[in-house]
Amino acid sequence: MFTPDRKRVSSRFKSKALLLSLAVGGLLSVSAVMAADGPGLGKPIDESQLQGWDLIVQPDGTGLPEGSGTAAQGQAVYEQNCAACHGMKGEGSSGVPALAGGSLTTTPPLMTAGSYWPHASTLYDYVRRAMPPLAPKSLSNTEVYQVVAYVLHLHGIVERDFVLDRASLPQVKMPNSGNFIDRSQVQ
Amino acid sequence: MQNKNKGEPLRSDERIALLNDQVAGNGLISRRHLLGLSLAGAGGLVTSSVLAADAGLLTRPAWSMAPGRDPSEYGNPSSHAAQIKRLAPAPNAISPGTGASRTPLHLLQGTITPNSLHFERHHSGVPDIDPAQHRLVLHGMVRQPLEFSYEDLLAYPMVSRVHFLECSGNSGGNSSGASASDGSAGSIHGLLSCAEWTGVRLSTLLDEAGVAAGASWITATGADAASLGRSVPLDKALRDVIIALYQNGEPIRPEQGYPMRMFVPGWEGNVSVKWLTQIKVTDGPANFRDETSRYTELLPDGKSLQFTYPMGVKSVITSPSGQMMLTRRGLHEVTGLAWSGSGSIRRVEISADGGRTWADALIDADQRELALTRFRLPWLWEGAEAVLQSRATDSAGNVQPSRAAWVAQYSPANRYHFNGIQSWAVSAQGEVKNVYA
Ligand code: HEC
Repeated sequence: MFTPDRKRVSSRFKSKALLLSLAVGGLLSVSAVMAADGPGLGKPIDESQLQGWDLIVQPDGTGLPEGSGTAAQGQAVYEQNCAACHGMKGEGSSGVPALAGGSLTTTPPLMTAGSYWPHASTLYDYVRRAMPPLAPKSLSNTEVYQVVAYVLHLHGIVERDFVLDRASLPQVKMPNSGNFIDRSQVQ
Repeated sequence: MQNKNKGEPLRSDERIALLNDQVAGNGLISRRHLLGLSLAGAGGLVTSSVLAADAGLLTRPAWSMAPGRDPSEYGNPSSHAAQIKRLAPAPNAISPGTGASRTPLHLLQGTITPNSLHFERHHSGVPDIDPAQHRLVLHGMVRQPLEFSYEDLLAYPMVSRVHFLECSGNSGGNSSGASASDGSAGSIHGLLSCAEWTGVRLSTLLDEAGVAAGASWITATGADAASLGRSVPLDKALRDVIIALYQNGEPIRPEQGYPMRMFVPGWEGNVSVKWLTQIKVTDGPANFRDETSRYTELLPDGKSLQFTYPMGVKSVITSPSGQMMLTRRGLHEVTGLAWSGSGSIRRVEISADGGRTWADALIDADQRELALTRFRLPWLWEGAEAVLQSRATDSAGNVQPSRAAWVAQYSPANRYHFNGIQSWAVSAQGEVKNVYA
């Protein structure tokens, strides 16, 4: 398999990059440029500039925004923005996956966000970035909390008045969590 | 299809000479022996009927009598090859742009997929990105978060590598369908392509930003409407992942992520995030929807495999293949493609009798790691029923499993990472069909 081959990069290239960075006196430290194989053209930015742009939510809650919502509040959001495709009870429709209900032990198994997904964080992450398909990223962070709470409630995972927020979402126990075998080290 | 060229019987001495060179049952012939034989006179086998049919005087065609058209700015295939197209579905009315088009593998040769025929799989359509406004942001567990423009990246040192790309769901119809569906090599296996990808090594950019201690993954997202995201272990990201800017020498196509895609060699296609705009270095996978709900493999006991990355060793005969018709008895070339996400292809075997006997196929010399390999073997078809199969072995020693062995490993609901052996049945009439065998 391939290994990064630093020797192939000519020292001429590196010293040019070094000269360049000295010449423009940019924000980059000289050591950063020397460590890299390239001309060092990346523009420094601050993590705070990515607020609202970085939508990644990890299972431990990293990336979850402020705000909160309950299934009771989410019902209206769901019925207005989701139900036409995913069904009133999350049962899905032709060409649109079911979100709630289903079981892995039926023949065939029915894999839904409720019956299959290992983490509640994925619902927040995915709905915020990709749903509804014609207007992705149009729901507010609060509306996403509300509608995710409602989808979880449709599968019986949380009560109607359970408050979903940055602290509680990572604690939600998904029925099928623990049934995934991590193969990432088999490369 | 016509039958008129068919049935020209071989002379018995030609037939015996060929069958003496059989390397496996039902007519598979050694290429080496055939070469020797053709010198001795059997070379006429393939062409004799053609010569006989056209015994009259040759006339010169019209295009030899007048100038052709001018040079052009951007070339197109011959109008006579216009039927070679991707196999594309009707537009998705519910979720516009979601779907796939497939490479017509059965209509192509060699190993490189032309850019216009590279398969597509989108989760919210193909965005029309202005490269001047596009940004790649590298942040998270780094010493210095950085932003790169397209122009910036064009100035970086690049590498060019030929790699296959295969969708994890490729060939899935053959994994779970109760009975074998009617299909061609392209319609069944065409979520597979191979191109030369040129771009900047991700390790170069990660070095520039400075990966922080404790980081172990990267999480990447695209600038499409679905903002598709995938996670990749940091060791792979540093090993051979590139930010691809060129595909077969020209800027990568919009369908492939213009202006840039993350290309992850050998791994399921979905991780090669298109329209790449964000790489966040983390200490764990994001568990995006496309690595939890999708692209995970349900097992018979209800557990699931997650983050199954390398594509398994696999091969498929592209000719003769499903929906083709053999219109002539005599010698044919059995040819196809083999690949593995764990290295290069070491061996391909072919059977013409449903797996009872096998012969080694010839492999073209230009084999590469994590790229398509073309294999070939002569086959004498005399009108008997046959089942053609191919079985690949990779440089790590992995052997392509039978369909039955593959199916037994998973829940019937799983369609990902199917790499079972493909069987093409040939009827006495010469019809070729997808079958389970
Ligand atoms: C226009 C129809 C439509 C609307 C409206 C819609 N969706 Fe979807 N949704 C889809 C389709 C189609 C998919 C599958 C997308 C794919 O596979 O790429 C999907 C996928 C999903 C998934 C992932 C399902 C899985 O099994 O992977 C979730 C969760 C989801 N939608 C939630 C929502 C929510 C919440 C809303 C409302 C805010 C919504 N959707 C509105 C059509 C719709």
